[in-house]
Amino acid sequence: MNWLTDPLQYPFMQRALIEVAIIGALCGLVGCFVVLRGLAFIGDALAHAVFPGVVLSYIAGRSILIGAFVFGSLTAIGIGLLSRSRRVTEDSAIGVVFVSFFAVGVVILSREGGFRQDLSSLLFGNILGVSRNDVVATLLVAIVVGGVLLALLKEFTLIAFDPTMARAAGYPVFALDILLLLLVSATIVVSLQTVGNILILALVVTPPAAARLLTDRLGRMMLASVAIAIASGVAGLYISYHAATATGATIVLTATAAFLVSLVVAPNHGLLANYRQSRSGHHHAHHYHAGEEVEGPRGHGPQPL
Amino acid sequence: MTAPAARLEIDSLSVRYGANLALADISAAMPPGTVTGLIGPNGSGKSTLLKAIAGVLRPESGVITLDGRPIEEQRARVAFVPQREEVNWDFPVTARDVVLMGRYRSIGWLRRPGREDRCLAEAALERLGLAGMGDRHISQFSGGQQQRVFLARAMVQDPKVVLLDEPFTGVDVHNRAVFHQAIREFAAQGVTVLIATHDLSEVQATTDYVLCLNRRMIAFGPTASAYTIENLRATFGGQVAVFETVS
Repeated sequence: MNWLTDPLQYPFMQRALIEVAIIGALCGLVGCFVVLRGLAFIGDALAHAVFPGVVLSYIAGRSILIGAFVFGSLTAIGIGLLSRSRRVTEDSAIGVVFVSFFAVGVVILSREGGFRQDLSSLLFGNILGVSRNDVVATLLVAIVVGGVLLALLKEFTLIAFDPTMARAAGYPVFALDILLLLLVSATIVVSLQTVGNILILALVVTPPAAARLLTDRLGRMMLASVAIAIASGVAGLYISYHAATATGATIVLTATAAFLVSLVVAPNHGLLANYRQSRSGHHHAHHYHAGEEVEGPRGHGPQPL
Repeated sequence: MTAPAARLEIDSLSVRYGANLALADISAAMPPGTVTGLIGPNGSGKSTLLKAIAGVLRPESGVITLDGRPIEEQRARVAFVPQREEVNWDFPVTARDVVLMGRYRSIGWLRRPGREDRCLAEAALERLGLAGMGDRHISQFSGGQQQRVFLARAMVQDPKVVLLDEPFTGVDVHNRAVFHQAIREFAAQGVTVLIATHDLSEVQATTDYVLCLNRRMIAFGPTASAYTIENLRATFGGQVAVFETVS
């Protein structure tokens, strides 16, 4: 079992292992709402928009978390406000504004010496370089973000499923939407060191997307998503150690592999299940009573903000 | 007939979408325990009116009160049954999960549904003929059954007002009967029910009042007196040939 224990003789690997486990749990949990609300694009915009904050903190010699949190929070609120006014075509506005933020970060960094090396570690993460303090900070953020999400789980679920009812019943939908964006933003920010700005979206979206294929229940989906994210993080870290590959990218590809496996073997939505159903001529899930009408049109996808 | 005290009162309500006035100067008062049909052609503002009452759209002007107080203060008692097309049927929830959403305001913040909430949800499903189906994912029901799940959700909310947006779309005869019974039960309990529908075959059987709508209010009154061929002609314009059977 040397391949399992050997890496752990290095303190940086121990820290990295704990870090990916925490990040996996957090991304797996929060990512469920990113997937159910269709926020993948907004998540990507967030990851790009925090980059100037990362760069400025880095140049100032501070923890990159500080600048990233400031820019992430401002961006989350900005996106929330933007999606409230229906005048602009949201997607384009988000694309224009936040990709330009990213460019600002790159330009600032390019004025500094050692540009290429810094850029690479900021863009692709540097999990092997996390300090003890980083791990503690990640844990604290994960506890706060996870705690808030679970405490407001039924409200976030209601808004994701039926925002009209949520408003009719008097919930502060706009405030809760901003809060959700702030939670997503914080999740992305603390995960930047693991896989970097470019790949972070995969860690937030892939595990819950895989989990959604495996079950029709939200609670089980969240558990499966957390499990897949942690397993992908840990397995990816080991693979990258032994195969000497880039850690962040290896973790992302491990998660992608988990998604592909789910896509094939998932009990209800998987390709194998669909194949068997079409062979036997049955549709697995539909038990209509005689005389009732067949299913009507499918609804829209996720509820937008 | 003397008008009973109003439960839901809409006073000079106007809603604007950008430059378009979607609803102009709507005023109507619905007593408790009555069923009102909002009728009009597509784009006439039926859904807009429901969503203004639901608080989804902010009116440009006008006031909506419930038992004499602003409806905003009593939102926990406003139930909404959405159009089938507006529901994400792929969302990972079971029928029981959906019904329990009607209990969320009573449960309050930071707490989970308890045994009592589950009992209420089960009872509501049973009353709507869905006993024992609470564990099914919402996509595993027929169209009419799906609508019944949402009616059950409205039931457990202990509402003063129930808003139904096009509830008869894609619903067969059997389900319509269950529907009518549920709506009658609401009314019998003093709930004020509003149904937006373009399905005129349901109006006379279901409603006590009609509100004929085409951006502005054409007519509002008891179905017996306001549901007339003249008002329908004014509401629907040239498409009136269909309605010759209406007295």
